Amino acid sequence: MNSTLTISALTKRFEAVAALTDVTFSVAAGERVALLGHNGAGKSTMMKIMLGLIAATSGRVEVCGAAPGSAEARRQVAYLPENAAFHPALTGLEQIRQYLSLRGENPAQAMGLLEQVGLGHAARRRIGTYSKGMRQRVGLAQTLIGTPRLLVLDEPTSGLDPVSRRDFYELLDGLAARGASILLSSHALTEVEARTDRILILSKGRMVAEGSLAALRRQAALPVALSVTPAPGQAAALAQALPGAVAQGDLLTLSVAQGDKLAALARIAGLGGQVADLDVLPPSLEDIYSHFSRRDGQ
Amino acid sequence: MNRILATAGTEFRIALRNRWVAIAVALMALFSLVLSAAGSAPSGGLGVDRLSVTVASLTSLSVYLVPLLALLMSFDAIAGEVERGTLPLLLTYPVARWEVLLGKLIAHLAVLSLAVVVGYGLAAGAALLVDPASASGLPALWRLTWSSIALGATFIGVGYALSALARRPSGAAGLAVGVWLGLVVLYDLGLLAAVVADSGGWFTTDVFPAALLANPADAFRLYNLSASQATAAAAGVGGAANAIPLWQSLASVLLWPLAALGLATAAFGKVTP
Repeated sequence: MNSTLTISALTKRFEAVAALTDVTFSVAAGERVALLGHNGAGKSTMMKIMLGLIAATSGRVEVCGAAPGSAEARRQVAYLPENAAFHPALTGLEQIRQYLSLRGENPAQAMGLLEQVGLGHAARRRIGTYSKGMRQRVGLAQTLIGTPRLLVLDEPTSGLDPVSRRDFYELLDGLAARGASILLSSHALTEVEARTDRILILSKGRMVAEGSLAALRRQAALPVALSVTPAPGQAAALAQALPGAVAQGDLLTLSVAQGDKLAALARIAGLGGQVADLDVLPPSLEDIYSHFSRRDGQ
Repeated sequence: MNRILATAGTEFRIALRNRWVAIAVALMALFSLVLSAAGSAPSGGLGVDRLSVTVASLTSLSVYLVPLLALLMSFDAIAGEVERGTLPLLLTYPVARWEVLLGKLIAHLAVLSLAVVVGYGLAAGAALLVDPASASGLPALWRLTWSSIALGATFIGVGYALSALARRPSGAAGLAVGVWLGLVVLYDLGLLAAVVADSGGWFTTDVFPAALLANPADAFRLYNLSASQATAAAAGVGGAANAIPLWQSLASVLLWPLAALGLATAAFGKVTP
């Protein structure tokens, strides 16, 4: 009962197409979870089921102890749709006042919410004149209304520049510290910037990996790349000393398994004057993500 | 209640910004003034006051114009939200679908009522100015005003239902035009053709009155013409249906808005965002 969101054996079929197959996970209070997957992996479908916008084919979903889409659940869940859209004739302030009224909150809070997402200066302009990033912030502002126990954010950082993205994650940290659960989706691991507690990877409607970034890194066991710069005139000698190294321009690149990393480093350090420089490149977030999302069905 | 009023306030603001308020008021005012100017010549010979004549003319006008305005304002209500992508977010809010519809209805009906009151007010003012005896036509004007608003509510509800069924603004607009043509124009032509062909037989006595009552536009015309009586000759349909008691057309005028809103709620309930 401690979890804000519980999903078990969730399956959704659109006629012949299986959008989600046997997905099971839960989100605890105060936890920040990232849902990753390529386009069409089923992220948005899953979110719509949690919100009660569409019905599941089979499986059980419980949101804040209630059925998805029930009045009880809707009171406690905030949602940011992918490509948040609003009526272009309204100003940001009017739109947020409307959402506040719908949640039974005081509309006078609207300006404060817009300032929180950095839109105070544009609050009285029509949304039709906003950029995509500004509309995204209006969407974000409406998720902060009241004290939601669960925030469902569909690609919340798309359209945000790197600075805004950092501000956004700071906002999330504050919400999570207050006890709100956060489930956000993204199609790239780099976008979630490891600012989440747990990562779920969805591929073709199936859950293919689940865990913290460190756990996923371990589980993937991708090789580490060592990039060696030879001292002047030592390139040939160094290439002989490091069998298996691939020459890339002036550099020699060596790919070694996680377990052999320290031994390889010791060997390169032992070459002394032949080496001018050394870089250790752990597998990138993109590499890890590709490893999991491609494993299925290929 | 707060949620409904907040939705109504927002929708009214949108109608104001989209110029719908200005368009509706200007259209009603223009047509009413033209009618009252055109209808001024023959009134002396009829022995009826000017305002009653104006009301009869306005009835014939409103039967076309009020449903048209109502459908134009309402066809986008749900399809537009679907197309803009604003519907999924709205439906995750703790607000029931009927509350959303009711909020929109209040706003759209307010715009329509404003247009009707301004238009009829101008025409009535002109009549009173020319003929002081026109005060006797005020009850007819009052009847016309509230029944026009009821007619508007009916077609706004029908517009919402079409909007929910079509799910795309272009499709909803097409359906709205079709419904307007069908109910307001072709329906009467069809009935008249049938009555002529039937020449006083079973269709004319049994089916025709029921068919008139079943159409909200015809019921509106029937109610206003038979209630004022002064100008039953103004419309062929009105004259042919003198046999229908007043309470029946009144019931149709009052029940249709509720039925249309029920229809709209049912259709909206079937929309999956």
